[in-house]
Amino acid sequence: MFERIKQMMIKEFHQIFRDKRMRPIIFLTPVLQLIIFGYAVTTDVNNVSLAVYDLDRSYESRELTRRFEASGYFQVFCSIERPEEVQDLLDRGKVLAVLQIDRGFSADIKKGKQAEVQVLFDGTDSNTALVAMSYANAIITGYAKSLGGPHVRASAARLDVRARAWYNPALRSKNYNVPGVIAIMIMLICLLLTSMAVVREREIGTMEQLMVTPLKPAEMILGKTIPFAIIGFFDMFLVTIVGVFWFSIPIQGSLPLLVLCTAIYLLSVLGIGLFISTISKTQQQAMMGTFLFFAPAILLSGLMFPIENMPVAVQYGTYLNPLRYFLVIIRGIFLKGNGIPILWPQMLSLFILGAAVMTISALRFRKRLV
Amino acid sequence: MPDAGVITITGLTKSFGDNIAVDDLHLEVRRGELFGLVGPDGAGKTTIMRLLAAIMSPDSGEAWIAGSSILHEGERIKEKIGYMSQRFGLYEDLTVMENIIFYADLYEVSKKERPARIERLLGFSNLTPFKGRLAGKLSGGMKQKLGLACALIHTPEVLFLDEPTNGVDPVSRRDFWRILYDLLKEQVTIFVSTAYLDEAERCTRIGLIHKGRLITTDTPAKVRKSIPLSMVEIWAPDARKAAEAAKGMAGVKDVSVYGNRFHVALAEVGLTDRIIEQLKEKGIAVIDHRQVLPSLEDVFIHIVRSSEL
Repeated sequence: MFERIKQMMIKEFHQIFRDKRMRPIIFLTPVLQLIIFGYAVTTDVNNVSLAVYDLDRSYESRELTRRFEASGYFQVFCSIERPEEVQDLLDRGKVLAVLQIDRGFSADIKKGKQAEVQVLFDGTDSNTALVAMSYANAIITGYAKSLGGPHVRASAARLDVRARAWYNPALRSKNYNVPGVIAIMIMLICLLLTSMAVVREREIGTMEQLMVTPLKPAEMILGKTIPFAIIGFFDMFLVTIVGVFWFSIPIQGSLPLLVLCTAIYLLSVLGIGLFISTISKTQQQAMMGTFLFFAPAILLSGLMFPIENMPVAVQYGTYLNPLRYFLVIIRGIFLKGNGIPILWPQMLSLFILGAAVMTISALRFRKRLV
Repeated sequence: MPDAGVITITGLTKSFGDNIAVDDLHLEVRRGELFGLVGPDGAGKTTIMRLLAAIMSPDSGEAWIAGSSILHEGERIKEKIGYMSQRFGLYEDLTVMENIIFYADLYEVSKKERPARIERLLGFSNLTPFKGRLAGKLSGGMKQKLGLACALIHTPEVLFLDEPTNGVDPVSRRDFWRILYDLLKEQVTIFVSTAYLDEAERCTRIGLIHKGRLITTDTPAKVRKSIPLSMVEIWAPDARKAAEAAKGMAGVKDVSVYGNRFHVALAEVGLTDRIIEQLKEKGIAVIDHRQVLPSLEDVFIHIVRSSEL
């Protein structure tokens, strides 16, 4: 039995590495996704282009502008001379924000009156606008404090709120994204490889030939899934190594636990891959099936949008998504250093889901054979 | 449990929806026979093969292969038979040798016996020089021989070949049949399906199958004589037109056109002259005619047509 499974696996690896289309899927996809998520897909707001409409032209207005620039969050794109330029620059998307300092700003400050500045944001991308707005607020408040500091009476009771982000103190989106990349990449690669490899046997007629050999369905399923599990692990390590050493993602938790959880995760992923293979006649169909599952699985996993914000019915649906559990686990291990005491509910759910999916697929697979 | 034949089939039936693919099949094949299942595409040949190889379950009926029941002992049957599907079942991205070794592993051929057996299989199939070549880079005929080598790696008692020469050039086909005759000498029972009637002539016994029903079984020679027909071959400049004219005449059972000649199946021998006469009366030129033995093709076409009436 083990000999036959071993031979199935050897054959599978021969085929994978000889297939010119498969090699890029295994080696290039993970690295490409990592680069995209590590560099390009960032929710950090930096270098917001800013136009300055300074009507006051005073020492104070220049100081405030300087503070915007020095923060690193804003970059002064240009200075505006005429009011219609404000609208124009925002309309054409040349700048994301306009800092408008009205005449009398410095005079008001000197008189101790409430001085006002206006910052206009392009709200098309609401997330970025919100984040940039909060930065602008902080800069202006900071400036106000530096002015008021010596003059403010000590008697005025002040509440000083300081937010500190735990686990990811610098709030780098990379730290959040790279573990996510590992999760979605394992899913994509294992789904694709499993479903296509099984369907390919059917397409080229070798499935029929295998059926007349003493090879048992269980041996065939194991021989068809273990190679892709190995590739899944390989890609997990590849992305982890690149993530830790290139993107300096901290890995707080235990590596063996990560391996164990990946194994549990693979159970569902390979099960789904196998399932797709039982409903597909051609490799194209298998590929379509994979993406039909994959796209909603990502959107409804909490990778990009918090599950708590989804409609309740959809939230229940996410319980059937293995990615949902694995994201919590892998982010917990990477960023928080969580162990089994905290992660066990996710691990258990993932295991139950995986066992169920695998059983259904294996039963369907048997049926298609006989 | 019967033991007379290597293959014993009783009342095998299988349908897909409304379509009856195999209809109440009874058949017995003895050890060392080369049995040909002959029929047009869609007659149910592949379904019969799959049922006998125990990879598909029948709706009813039973069959024994080398003493094992297809209903209850599928796993034992798999060890006793070699099976080659229409598409050879090869991995095109593996080499010739890797394909053979892969199947040797699946059949658990012992490491001790393996080298000699592989060498012999490569030898008879003339594949020795191509050991390291990818199966996908072989010609159709070589693929077919490799498929056969893989199906024979565990020295099966019964060999099932489902249209093995479909799409293979004539020279390779002849080679292939030579190999099959060699196998017969080793007392392997061969059950082959084919749509080619020239191949059917080479079998020791054939079964004509049409729309899932086995119409007749006998040696090719006896099948040919089995129908009470007199066959005339008529040459005519416009064979198609002449054949059309002959169709309606009294005593004509069947007409089939072959290029510039056509065969007319007659109910009695004496009718030939009358047919020729009648054709001439209608102003149709006839070059020559002669009495011929009905070919398997004639018999087959006749049987199929009369079963459709």
